[in-house]
Amino acid sequence: MHASVRPAVSVNVNPPTVSSGREAASPPTMRMNINKVNFFYGQKQTLFDINMGIATSKVTALIGPSGCGKSTLLRTFNRMHETVRGARLQGEILLDGQNILSQDVTLLRRRIGMVFQRPNPFPKSIFDNVAYGLKINGSKLPIAEAVEKSLRHAALWDEVKDHLHKSAYELSGGQQQRLCIARGLAVEPEVLLLDEPCSALDPISTAKIEELLVQLKDLCTIAIVTHNMQQAARVSDYTAFLLMGQLVEFSPTPQMFTTPSDPRTEAYITGRFG
Amino acid sequence: MNARLRWRKFVSNFMLTLTGICAAIAVSALFFILGYLVYHGGTSINWDFFTKLPAPVGEGGGGMANAIVGSAKLLLLASFIGIPIGFFGGIYMAEFSNSSIAFVVRFAADLLNGVPSIVIGIFAYTVAVLPFKHFSTWAGGLALGIMMIPITLRSTEEFLHSVPRALREGAMALGASKWKTIMSVVVPAAYRGIMTAILLALARVAGETAPLLFTALGNRFWSPGWNQPTASLPAMIYSYALSAFEDWHRQAWAAGLVLLALILIVNIFARVILARGTAVPRS
Repeated sequence: MHASVRPAVSVNVNPPTVSSGREAASPPTMRMNINKVNFFYGQKQTLFDINMGIATSKVTALIGPSGCGKSTLLRTFNRMHETVRGARLQGEILLDGQNILSQDVTLLRRRIGMVFQRPNPFPKSIFDNVAYGLKINGSKLPIAEAVEKSLRHAALWDEVKDHLHKSAYELSGGQQQRLCIARGLAVEPEVLLLDEPCSALDPISTAKIEELLVQLKDLCTIAIVTHNMQQAARVSDYTAFLLMGQLVEFSPTPQMFTTPSDPRTEAYITGRFG
Repeated sequence: MNARLRWRKFVSNFMLTLTGICAAIAVSALFFILGYLVYHGGTSINWDFFTKLPAPVGEGGGGMANAIVGSAKLLLLASFIGIPIGFFGGIYMAEFSNSSIAFVVRFAADLLNGVPSIVIGIFAYTVAVLPFKHFSTWAGGLALGIMMIPITLRSTEEFLHSVPRALREGAMALGASKWKTIMSVVVPAAYRGIMTAILLALARVAGETAPLLFTALGNRFWSPGWNQPTASLPAMIYSYALSAFEDWHRQAWAAGLVLLALILIVNIFARVILARGTAVPRS
Protein backbone atom coordinates (compact mmCIF):
# COMPACT_ATOMS: atom_id res chain seq x y z
CA MET A 1 0.00 0.00 0.00
CA HIS A 2 1.21 3.47 -0.82
CA ALA A 3 1.96 5.22 2.42
CA SER A 4 0.58 8.59 1.46
CA VAL A 5 -2.82 7.10 0.72
CA ARG A 6 -4.66 6.95 3.96
CA PRO A 7 -5.81 3.39 4.60
CA ALA A 8 -9.50 3.03 5.19
CA VAL A 9 -9.31 1.99 8.81
CA SER A 10 -10.86 3.77 11.71
CA VAL A 11 -8.76 4.72 14.67
CA ASN A 12 -10.16 2.90 17.58
CA VAL A 13 -9.02 4.75 20.61
CA ASN A 14 -10.12 3.45 23.91
CA PRO A 15 -9.40 6.11 26.44
CA PRO A 16 -7.58 4.23 29.13
CA THR A 17 -10.39 3.75 31.57
CA VAL A 18 -9.36 1.80 34.55
CA SER A 19 -10.86 -1.60 34.35
CA SER A 20 -8.14 -3.93 35.48
CA GLY A 21 -8.03 -5.05 39.07
CA ARG A 22 -4.57 -3.71 39.75
CA GLU A 23 -5.52 -0.05 39.33
CA ALA A 24 -7.25 2.35 41.64
CA ALA A 25 -10.80 3.33 40.78
CA SER A 26 -10.20 6.87 39.56
CA PRO A 27 -9.09 7.55 35.94
CA PRO A 28 -5.36 8.17 35.64
CA THR A 29 -3.97 11.66 35.24
CA MET A 30 -2.11 12.18 32.01
CA ARG A 31 1.40 13.59 32.09
CA MET A 32 1.34 13.99 28.33
CA ASN A 33 -1.46 14.29 25.82
CA ILE A 34 -1.01 13.65 22.12
CA ASN A 35 -3.73 15.31 20.08
CA LYS A 36 -4.27 14.70 16.36
CA VAL A 37 -0.60 14.19 15.55
CA ASN A 38 0.28 13.76 11.90
CA PHE A 39 3.87 13.28 10.88
CA PHE A 40 5.67 13.58 7.57
CA TYR A 41 9.12 12.80 6.23
CA GLY A 42 9.20 15.08 3.22
CA GLN A 43 6.11 14.12 1.25
CA LYS A 44 5.68 10.78 2.96
CA GLN A 45 3.23 10.66 5.84
CA THR A 46 4.23 8.21 8.54
CA LEU A 47 1.79 8.98 11.38
CA PHE A 48 -1.95 9.54 10.95
CA ASP A 49 -4.11 11.39 13.50
CA ILE A 50 -2.62 9.91 16.64
CA ASN A 51 -4.57 10.61 19.85
CA MET A 52 -3.35 9.15 23.11
CA GLY A 53 -2.00 9.97 26.53
CA ILE A 54 0.97 9.05 28.70
CA ALA A 55 -0.30 8.40 32.20
CA THR A 56 1.56 9.93 35.13
CA SER A 57 3.85 7.56 37.02
CA LYS A 58 2.93 4.64 34.81
CA VAL A 59 4.70 2.74 32.06
CA THR A 60 3.16 3.15 28.62
CA ALA A 61 4.36 0.79 25.90
CA LEU A 62 4.22 1.46 22.16
CA ILE A 63 4.14 -1.77 20.18
CA GLY A 64 3.71 -2.72 16.57
CA PRO A 65 5.57 -4.31 13.66
CA SER A 66 8.73 -2.75 12.18
CA GLY A 67 8.06 0.48 10.34
CA CYS A 68 4.70 1.11 12.03
CA GLY A 69 5.86 4.48 13.32
CA LYS A 70 6.22 3.66 17.01
CA SER A 71 9.79 5.04 17.24
CA THR A 72 8.82 8.07 15.18
CA LEU A 73 5.96 8.78 17.58
CA LEU A 74 8.20 8.41 20.62
CA ARG A 75 10.78 10.77 19.13
CA THR A 76 8.19 13.50 18.71
CA PHE A 77 7.59 13.48 22.48
CA ASN A 78 10.92 15.26 23.10
CA ARG A 79 11.11 16.76 19.62
CA MET A 80 14.10 14.63 18.61
CA HIS A 81 12.43 14.40 15.20
CA GLU A 82 13.63 17.96 14.60
CA THR A 83 17.20 16.71 14.21
CA VAL A 84 16.16 14.99 10.98
CA ARG A 85 15.97 17.16 7.91
CA GLY A 86 12.59 17.15 6.17
CA ALA A 87 10.62 15.97 9.21
CA ARG A 88 7.36 17.80 9.85
CA LEU A 89 4.82 17.47 12.62
CA GLN A 90 1.20 18.60 12.73
CA GLY A 91 -0.97 18.50 15.81
CA GLU A 92 -0.44 19.12 19.47
CA ILE A 93 1.62 17.42 22.14
CA LEU A 94 0.98 18.60 25.68
CA LEU A 95 3.22 18.13 28.67
CA ASP A 96 1.35 19.06 31.85
CA GLY A 97 -1.13 20.92 29.67
CA GLN A 98 1.49 23.00 27.85
CA ASN A 99 2.20 22.49 24.16
CA ILE A 100 5.79 21.24 23.88
CA LEU A 101 6.09 22.53 20.33
CA SER A 102 6.08 26.14 21.49
CA GLN A 103 8.61 25.65 24.30
CA ASP A 104 12.37 26.09 24.29
CA VAL A 105 13.62 22.76 23.03
CA THR A 106 16.65 22.48 25.33
CA LEU A 107 14.54 23.18 28.42
CA LEU A 108 11.95 20.70 27.20
CA ARG A 109 14.51 17.93 26.77
CA ARG A 110 15.69 18.44 30.32
CA ARG A 111 12.16 17.55 31.42
CA ILE A 112 11.78 14.61 29.03
CA GLY A 113 14.79 12.29 29.00
CA MET A 114 15.52 9.65 26.40
CA VAL A 115 17.30 6.30 26.21
CA PHE A 116 18.17 4.95 22.78
CA GLN A 117 18.17 1.64 21.02
CA ARG A 118 21.90 1.11 21.26
CA PRO A 119 23.74 2.19 24.40
CA ASN A 120 25.40 5.49 23.53
CA PRO A 121 27.59 6.51 26.46
CA PHE A 122 29.83 9.50 25.82
CA PRO A 123 33.60 8.98 25.47
CA LYS A 124 34.05 10.02 29.09
CA SER A 125 34.32 8.34 32.47
CA ILE A 126 31.33 6.65 34.09
CA PHE A 127 31.06 9.54 36.54
CA ASP A 128 31.26 12.21 33.86
CA ASN A 129 28.61 10.47 31.78
CA VAL A 130 26.10 10.69 34.60
CA ALA A 131 27.22 14.18 35.60
CA TYR A 132 26.97 15.47 32.02
CA GLY A 133 23.36 16.61 32.15
CA LEU A 134 23.89 18.26 35.54
CA LYS A 135 26.97 20.10 34.37
CA ILE A 136 25.52 21.47 31.15
CA ASN A 137 22.44 22.58 33.02
CA GLY A 138 24.51 24.35 35.66
CA SER A 139 22.80 22.34 38.36
CA LYS A 140 23.17 23.58 41.91
CA LEU A 141 22.94 20.04 43.30
CA PRO A 142 26.11 18.55 44.73
CA ILE A 143 27.19 16.56 41.69
CA ALA A 144 28.80 13.57 43.39
CA GLU A 145 25.67 12.87 45.41
CA ALA A 146 23.41 13.25 42.42
CA VAL A 147 25.60 10.86 40.41
CA GLU A 148 25.47 8.25 43.16
CA LYS A 149 21.71 8.61 43.49
CA SER A 150 21.15 8.21 39.77
CA LEU A 151 23.43 5.19 39.55
CA ARG A 152 21.55 3.60 42.47
CA HIS A 153 18.23 4.27 40.76
CA ALA A 154 19.60 2.61 37.64
CA ALA A 155 20.73 -0.40 39.72
CA LEU A 156 24.31 0.13 38.59
CA TRP A 157 25.94 1.67 41.66
CA ASP A 158 27.17 -1.54 43.26
CA GLU A 159 28.82 -2.65 40.02
CA VAL A 160 30.66 0.59 39.29
CA LYS A 161 31.17 2.39 42.60
CA ASP A 162 34.85 1.37 42.80
CA HIS A 163 35.74 2.52 39.32
CA LEU A 164 33.70 5.60 38.59
CA HIS A 165 36.59 7.17 36.74
CA LYS A 166 37.08 4.38 34.24
CA SER A 167 35.91 4.90 30.69
CA ALA A 168 32.24 4.09 30.13
CA TYR A 169 33.31 1.87 27.23
CA GLU A 170 34.81 -0.63 29.63
CA LEU A 171 31.32 -1.59 30.78
CA SER A 172 29.29 -4.40 29.20
CA GLY A 173 26.45 -3.56 26.84
CA GLY A 174 23.79 -4.04 29.52
CA GLN A 175 25.77 -1.93 32.00
CA GLN A 176 26.22 0.77 29.36
CA GLN A 177 22.48 0.88 28.80
CA ARG A 178 21.83 1.20 32.53
CA LEU A 179 24.45 3.94 32.57
CA CYS A 180 22.48 5.72 29.86
CA ILE A 181 19.36 5.36 32.00
CA ALA A 182 21.27 6.80 34.99
CA ARG A 183 22.47 9.64 32.77
CA GLY A 184 18.88 10.39 31.83
CA LEU A 185 17.64 10.17 35.42
CA ALA A 186 20.33 12.50 36.78
CA VAL A 187 18.55 15.61 35.53
CA GLU A 188 15.37 14.40 37.25
CA PRO A 189 13.11 14.37 34.21
CA GLU A 190 9.34 14.18 34.49
CA VAL A 191 9.15 11.70 31.64
CA LEU A 192 11.66 9.10 30.47
CA LEU A 193 11.37 7.85 26.89
CA LEU A 194 12.98 4.54 25.95
CA ASP A 195 13.35 3.54 22.31
CA GLU A 196 13.72 -0.25 22.19
CA PRO A 197 16.26 -0.07 25.00
CA CYS A 198 16.83 -3.83 25.13
CA SER A 199 17.06 -4.66 21.46
CA ALA A 200 20.87 -4.81 21.55
CA LEU A 201 21.06 -6.67 24.87
CA ASP A 202 21.19 -10.27 26.04
CA PRO A 203 18.26 -11.79 28.01
CA ILE A 204 19.85 -11.32 31.43
CA SER A 205 20.60 -7.63 30.84
CA THR A 206 17.10 -7.27 29.42
CA ALA A 207 15.55 -8.75 32.55
CA LYS A 208 17.53 -6.32 34.71
CA ILE A 209 16.32 -3.35 32.74
CA GLU A 210 12.71 -4.52 32.80
CA GLU A 211 12.88 -4.91 36.55
CA LEU A 212 14.36 -1.46 36.77
CA LEU A 213 11.61 0.17 34.70
CA VAL A 214 8.91 -1.11 37.05
CA GLN A 215 10.78 0.41 39.99
CA LEU A 216 11.36 3.72 38.22
CA LYS A 217 7.65 4.45 37.92
CA ASP A 218 7.74 6.17 41.29
CA LEU A 219 10.36 8.60 40.01
CA CYS A 220 8.98 9.48 36.63
CA THR A 221 6.53 8.70 33.90
CA ILE A 222 7.82 6.19 31.37
CA ALA A 223 7.07 5.58 27.70
CA ILE A 224 8.80 2.64 26.04
CA VAL A 225 8.91 1.47 22.45
CA THR A 226 9.38 -2.25 22.10
CA HIS A 227 9.08 -4.82 19.36
CA ASN A 228 8.79 -7.47 22.04
CA MET A 229 5.18 -8.05 23.07
CA GLN A 230 6.10 -10.09 26.12
CA GLN A 231 8.19 -7.17 27.29
CA ALA A 232 5.24 -4.80 26.88
CA ALA A 233 3.03 -7.21 28.80
CA ARG A 234 5.58 -7.55 31.60
CA VAL A 235 6.49 -3.93 32.22
CA SER A 236 3.69 -1.66 31.04
CA ASP A 237 0.43 -0.41 32.50
CA TYR A 238 -0.92 0.87 29.20
CA THR A 239 -0.18 -0.28 25.69
CA ALA A 240 -0.63 1.46 22.38
CA PHE A 241 -0.66 -0.70 19.27
CA LEU A 242 0.36 1.02 16.05
CA LEU A 243 0.04 -0.31 12.53
CA MET A 244 1.15 1.52 9.41
CA GLY A 245 1.21 4.87 11.15
CA GLN A 246 -2.23 4.45 12.74
CA LEU A 247 -3.03 3.97 16.37
CA VAL A 248 -5.17 0.86 16.27
CA GLU A 249 -5.76 0.36 19.95
CA PHE A 250 -4.77 2.04 23.18
CA SER A 251 -5.82 0.22 26.33
CA PRO A 252 -4.67 -0.82 29.78
CA THR A 253 -2.13 -3.56 29.18
CA PRO A 254 -4.03 -6.45 30.83
CA GLN A 255 -7.05 -5.65 28.73
CA MET A 256 -5.00 -5.35 25.55
CA PHE A 257 -3.44 -8.75 26.03
CA THR A 258 -6.54 -10.60 27.23
CA THR A 259 -9.49 -9.00 25.47
CA PRO A 260 -8.25 -6.81 22.61
CA SER A 261 -11.08 -4.86 21.04
CA ASP A 262 -9.69 -4.72 17.51
CA PRO A 263 -9.24 -7.86 15.43
CA ARG A 264 -5.91 -6.56 14.11
CA THR A 265 -4.60 -6.20 17.64
CA GLU A 266 -5.62 -9.74 18.36
CA ALA A 267 -3.98 -10.95 15.18
CA TYR A 268 -0.74 -9.17 16.10
CA ILE A 269 -0.51 -10.21 19.73
CA THR A 270 -1.32 -13.80 18.91
CA GLY A 271 1.56 -13.75 16.46
CA ARG A 272 -0.34 -14.04 13.21
CA PHE A 273 1.77 -11.25 11.65
CA GLY A 274 4.60 -8.91 12.49
CA MET B 1 50.30 -27.99 -18.69
CA ASN B 2 49.58 -26.31 -21.98
CA ALA B 3 51.39 -23.27 -23.30
CA ARG B 4 48.51 -20.89 -22.70
CA LEU B 5 48.32 -21.72 -19.02
CA ARG B 6 52.10 -21.40 -18.67
CA TRP B 7 51.95 -17.97 -20.30
CA ARG B 8 49.24 -16.85 -17.88
CA LYS B 9 51.28 -17.99 -14.92
CA PHE B 10 54.29 -16.16 -16.25
CA VAL B 11 52.32 -12.88 -16.68
CA SER B 12 50.91 -13.25 -13.20
CA ASN B 13 54.30 -13.75 -11.60
CA PHE B 14 55.89 -11.03 -13.68
CA MET B 15 53.29 -8.43 -12.68
CA LEU B 16 53.49 -9.47 -9.05
CA THR B 17 57.26 -8.95 -9.12
CA LEU B 18 56.88 -5.61 -10.86
CA THR B 19 54.47 -4.25 -8.23
CA GLY B 20 56.83 -5.49 -5.52
CA ILE B 21 59.78 -3.69 -7.10
CA CYS B 22 57.81 -0.43 -7.36
CA ALA B 23 56.80 -0.68 -3.72
CA ALA B 24 60.44 -1.30 -2.75
CA ILE B 25 61.58 1.75 -4.73
CA ALA B 26 58.95 3.90 -3.04
CA VAL B 27 60.16 2.88 0.39
CA SER B 28 63.85 3.02 -0.42
CA ALA B 29 63.58 6.59 -1.74
CA LEU B 30 63.01 7.77 1.83
CA PHE B 31 65.89 5.73 3.21
CA PHE B 32 68.14 6.79 0.38
CA ILE B 33 67.44 10.47 1.06
CA LEU B 34 67.88 9.96 4.77
CA GLY B 35 71.17 8.12 4.23
CA TYR B 36 72.42 10.80 1.88
CA LEU B 37 71.56 13.53 4.37
CA VAL B 38 73.32 11.70 7.18
CA TYR B 39 76.37 11.05 4.98
CA HIS B 40 76.77 14.66 3.88
CA GLY B 41 75.35 16.58 6.79
CA GLY B 42 75.95 14.30 9.74
CA THR B 43 79.47 15.59 10.34
CA SER B 44 78.24 19.19 10.62
CA ILE B 45 75.70 18.41 13.27
CA ASN B 46 77.07 19.30 16.65
CA TRP B 47 76.12 21.42 19.60
CA ASP B 48 77.24 24.58 17.79
CA PHE B 49 74.82 23.89 14.96
CA PHE B 50 71.89 24.29 17.34
CA THR B 51 73.27 27.15 19.45
CA LYS B 52 75.45 29.42 17.28
CA LEU B 53 74.73 31.96 14.56
CA PRO B 54 75.98 31.29 11.03
CA ALA B 55 79.70 31.93 10.73
CA PRO B 56 81.10 34.33 8.09
CA VAL B 57 82.40 32.76 4.91
CA GLY B 58 85.72 31.03 5.30
CA GLU B 59 85.68 31.01 9.07
CA GLY B 60 84.11 27.55 9.37
CA GLY B 61 81.95 26.26 12.17
CA GLY B 62 78.97 28.28 13.25
CA GLY B 63 75.40 27.07 13.35
CA MET B 64 71.84 27.79 12.48
CA ALA B 65 70.31 28.68 15.82
CA ASN B 66 68.59 31.70 14.29
CA ALA B 67 67.03 29.57 11.55
CA ILE B 68 65.76 26.99 14.02
CA VAL B 69 64.18 29.67 16.21
CA GLY B 70 62.91 31.44 13.09
CA SER B 71 61.22 28.28 11.82
CA ALA B 72 59.64 27.79 15.23
CA LYS B 73 58.30 31.36 15.21
CA LEU B 74 56.92 30.96 11.71
CA LEU B 75 55.20 27.70 12.62
CA LEU B 76 53.74 29.32 15.73
CA LEU B 77 52.26 32.12 13.64
CA ALA B 78 51.02 29.65 11.04
CA SER B 79 49.31 27.65 13.81
CA PHE B 80 47.54 30.73 15.14
CA ILE B 81 46.14 31.38 11.66
CA GLY B 82 45.62 27.93 10.21
CA ILE B 83 44.40 25.90 13.20
CA PRO B 84 41.49 28.05 14.42
CA ILE B 85 40.22 28.90 10.95
CA GLY B 86 40.55 25.33 9.73
CA PHE B 87 39.13 23.85 12.94
CA PHE B 88 36.06 26.07 13.22
CA GLY B 89 35.51 25.99 9.47
CA GLY B 90 35.59 22.19 9.65
CA ILE B 91 33.04 22.23 12.48
CA TYR B 92 30.77 24.41 10.39
CA MET B 93 31.13 22.08 7.45
CA ALA B 94 30.42 18.93 9.42
CA GLU B 95 27.70 20.18 11.73
CA PHE B 96 25.90 23.20 10.36
CA SER B 97 26.12 23.66 6.63
CA ASN B 98 23.61 22.25 4.20
CA SER B 99 24.87 20.06 1.42
CA SER B 100 25.23 22.74 -1.28
CA ILE B 101 27.23 25.14 0.92
CA ALA B 102 29.32 22.21 2.11
CA PHE B 103 30.00 21.21 -1.47
CA VAL B 104 31.21 24.69 -2.41
CA VAL B 105 33.43 25.07 0.67
CA ARG B 106 34.84 21.57 0.28
CA PHE B 107 35.64 22.21 -3.35
CA ALA B 108 37.26 25.56 -2.52
CA ALA B 109 39.33 23.97 0.25
CA ASP B 110 40.52 21.25 -2.09
CA LEU B 111 41.49 23.86 -4.66
CA LEU B 112 43.30 25.95 -2.04
CA ASN B 113 45.15 22.80 -1.03
CA GLY B 114 46.25 22.43 -4.63
CA VAL B 115 47.40 26.03 -5.11
CA PRO B 116 51.19 25.95 -5.63
CA SER B 117 52.95 27.21 -2.53
CA ILE B 118 54.82 29.86 -4.51
CA VAL B 119 51.47 31.39 -5.53
CA ILE B 120 50.45 31.56 -1.88
CA GLY B 121 53.81 33.22 -1.29
CA ILE B 122 53.06 35.89 -3.91
CA PHE B 123 49.69 36.49 -2.30
CA ALA B 124 51.22 36.94 1.16
CA TYR B 125 53.86 39.20 -0.41
CA THR B 126 51.13 41.38 -1.90
CA VAL B 127 49.02 41.74 1.21
CA ALA B 128 51.61 41.60 3.99
CA VAL B 129 54.92 42.78 2.52
CA LEU B 130 54.21 45.44 -0.11
CA PRO B 131 51.94 47.65 2.05
CA PHE B 132 54.61 47.78 4.81
CA LYS B 133 57.55 48.00 2.41
CA HIS B 134 59.61 45.37 4.23
CA PHE B 135 59.78 41.62 4.66
CA SER B 136 58.60 40.26 7.99
CA THR B 137 58.05 37.19 10.12
CA TRP B 138 54.34 38.06 10.12
CA ALA B 139 54.18 37.71 6.34
CA GLY B 140 55.94 34.34 6.40
CA GLY B 141 53.60 33.09 9.14
CA LEU B 142 50.62 34.28 7.11
CA ALA B 143 51.74 32.38 4.02
CA LEU B 144 52.29 29.14 5.97
CA GLY B 145 49.04 29.66 7.90
CA ILE B 146 47.02 29.92 4.70
CA MET B 147 48.57 26.65 3.58
CA MET B 148 47.47 24.96 6.80
CA ILE B 149 43.82 26.01 6.51
CA PRO B 150 42.56 23.54 3.89
CA ILE B 151 44.30 20.52 5.44
CA THR B 152 43.02 21.31 8.92
CA LEU B 153 39.52 22.11 7.68
CA ARG B 154 39.07 19.00 5.60
CA SER B 155 40.39 16.62 8.19
CA THR B 156 38.39 18.21 11.02
CA GLU B 157 35.32 17.75 8.87
CA GLU B 158 36.15 14.13 8.09
CA PHE B 159 36.82 13.16 11.69
CA LEU B 160 33.67 14.90 12.97
CA HIS B 161 31.65 13.07 10.34
CA SER B 162 32.94 9.77 11.67
CA VAL B 163 31.47 10.40 15.13
CA PRO B 164 28.30 8.30 15.43
CA ARG B 165 25.03 10.18 15.28
CA ALA B 166 23.86 8.36 18.40
CA LEU B 167 26.33 10.38 20.51
CA ARG B 168 24.94 13.67 19.25
CA GLU B 169 21.40 12.52 19.95
CA GLY B 170 22.37 11.38 23.43
CA ALA B 171 23.67 14.82 24.31
CA MET B 172 20.80 16.69 22.70
CA ALA B 173 18.27 14.47 24.49
CA LEU B 174 19.76 15.75 27.77
CA GLY B 175 19.01 19.33 26.79
CA ALA B 176 22.41 20.25 25.39
CA SER B 177 22.32 22.94 22.73
CA LYS B 178 23.86 22.13 19.39
CA TRP B 179 27.05 24.03 20.16
CA LYS B 180 27.32 22.44 23.61
CA THR B 181 26.83 19.02 22.04
CA ILE B 182 29.61 19.67 19.56
CA MET B 183 32.14 21.03 22.05
CA SER B 184 31.44 18.65 24.93
CA VAL B 185 30.79 15.37 23.10
CA VAL B 186 31.50 15.38 19.38
CA VAL B 187 34.89 17.13 19.36
CA PRO B 188 36.21 15.11 22.34
CA ALA B 189 35.19 11.94 20.49
CA ALA B 190 37.15 13.05 17.41
CA TYR B 191 40.04 14.91 19.01
CA ARG B 192 42.73 12.29 18.40
CA GLY B 193 42.06 12.34 14.69
CA ILE B 194 41.93 16.13 14.59
CA MET B 195 45.17 16.44 16.61
CA THR B 196 46.89 14.04 14.23
CA ALA B 197 45.74 16.00 11.21
CA ILE B 198 46.94 19.28 12.69
CA LEU B 199 50.36 17.80 13.44
CA LEU B 200 50.62 16.48 9.89
CA ALA B 201 49.61 19.87 8.52
CA LEU B 202 52.35 21.48 10.62
CA ALA B 203 54.90 18.95 9.38
CA ARG B 204 53.83 19.67 5.84
CA VAL B 205 54.33 23.43 6.02
CA ALA B 206 57.50 23.16 8.12
CA GLY B 207 59.45 22.27 4.99
CA GLU B 208 57.92 24.85 2.67
CA THR B 209 60.52 27.15 1.12
CA ALA B 210 58.89 28.98 -1.78
CA PRO B 211 56.34 30.98 0.22
CA LEU B 212 59.08 32.13 2.62
CA LEU B 213 61.51 33.44 -0.01
CA PHE B 214 59.63 36.68 -0.50
CA THR B 215 57.80 36.96 2.81
CA ALA B 216 60.11 36.10 5.72
CA LEU B 217 63.08 36.37 3.33
CA GLY B 218 65.97 35.22 5.49
CA ASN B 219 68.43 36.67 7.93
CA ARG B 220 72.11 36.09 8.75
CA PHE B 221 71.53 37.17 12.33
CA TRP B 222 68.91 36.91 15.03
CA SER B 223 65.67 38.40 13.80
CA PRO B 224 65.19 41.73 15.60
CA GLY B 225 61.44 41.19 15.91
CA TRP B 226 58.23 39.82 14.46
CA ASN B 227 58.10 42.81 12.17
CA GLN B 228 61.49 42.01 10.61
CA PRO B 229 62.79 39.32 8.27
CA THR B 230 63.77 36.09 9.92
CA ALA B 231 65.89 33.10 9.00
CA SER B 232 64.21 29.72 8.62
CA LEU B 233 65.55 26.23 8.01
CA PRO B 234 64.14 25.74 4.49
CA ALA B 235 65.24 29.20 3.29
CA MET B 236 68.67 28.64 4.85
CA ILE B 237 69.02 25.35 2.98
CA TYR B 238 68.07 27.13 -0.23
CA SER B 239 70.66 29.90 0.08
CA TYR B 240 73.46 27.71 1.49
CA ALA B 241 73.00 25.02 -1.14
CA LEU B 242 73.28 27.63 -3.92
CA SER B 243 76.45 29.15 -2.47
CA ALA B 244 79.93 28.44 -3.73
CA PHE B 245 81.43 27.24 -0.46
CA GLU B 246 82.03 23.64 0.48
CA ASP B 247 81.50 24.48 4.13
CA TRP B 248 78.08 25.99 3.50
CA HIS B 249 77.05 22.96 1.45
CA ARG B 250 77.72 20.72 4.42
CA GLN B 251 75.68 23.05 6.63
CA ALA B 252 72.80 22.93 4.12
CA TRP B 253 72.86 19.12 4.28
CA ALA B 254 72.86 19.28 8.05
CA ALA B 255 69.90 21.67 8.05
CA GLY B 256 68.07 19.29 5.71
CA LEU B 257 68.76 16.44 8.09
CA VAL B 258 67.44 18.42 11.06
CA LEU B 259 64.32 19.40 9.15
CA LEU B 260 63.63 15.87 7.97
CA ALA B 261 64.23 14.48 11.46
CA LEU B 262 61.77 17.03 12.84
CA ILE B 263 59.12 16.06 10.30
CA LEU B 264 59.71 12.36 10.95
CA ILE B 265 59.33 12.85 14.69
CA VAL B 266 56.07 14.79 14.23
CA ASN B 267 54.75 12.08 11.91
CA ILE B 268 55.62 9.28 14.31
CA PHE B 269 54.11 11.23 17.18
CA ALA B 270 50.92 11.73 15.17
CA ARG B 271 50.70 8.00 14.40
CA VAL B 272 51.14 7.18 18.07
CA ILE B 273 48.25 9.47 19.01
CA LEU B 274 46.04 7.88 16.39
CA ALA B 275 47.09 4.33 17.19
CA ARG B 276 45.98 4.67 20.78
CA GLY B 277 42.60 4.09 19.24
CA THR B 278 39.74 6.33 18.39
CA ALA B 279 37.84 7.07 21.55
CA VAL B 280 34.50 5.85 20.28
CA PRO B 281 34.03 2.19 19.32
CA ARG B 282 32.38 1.74 15.96
CA SER B 283 29.08 -0.05 16.10
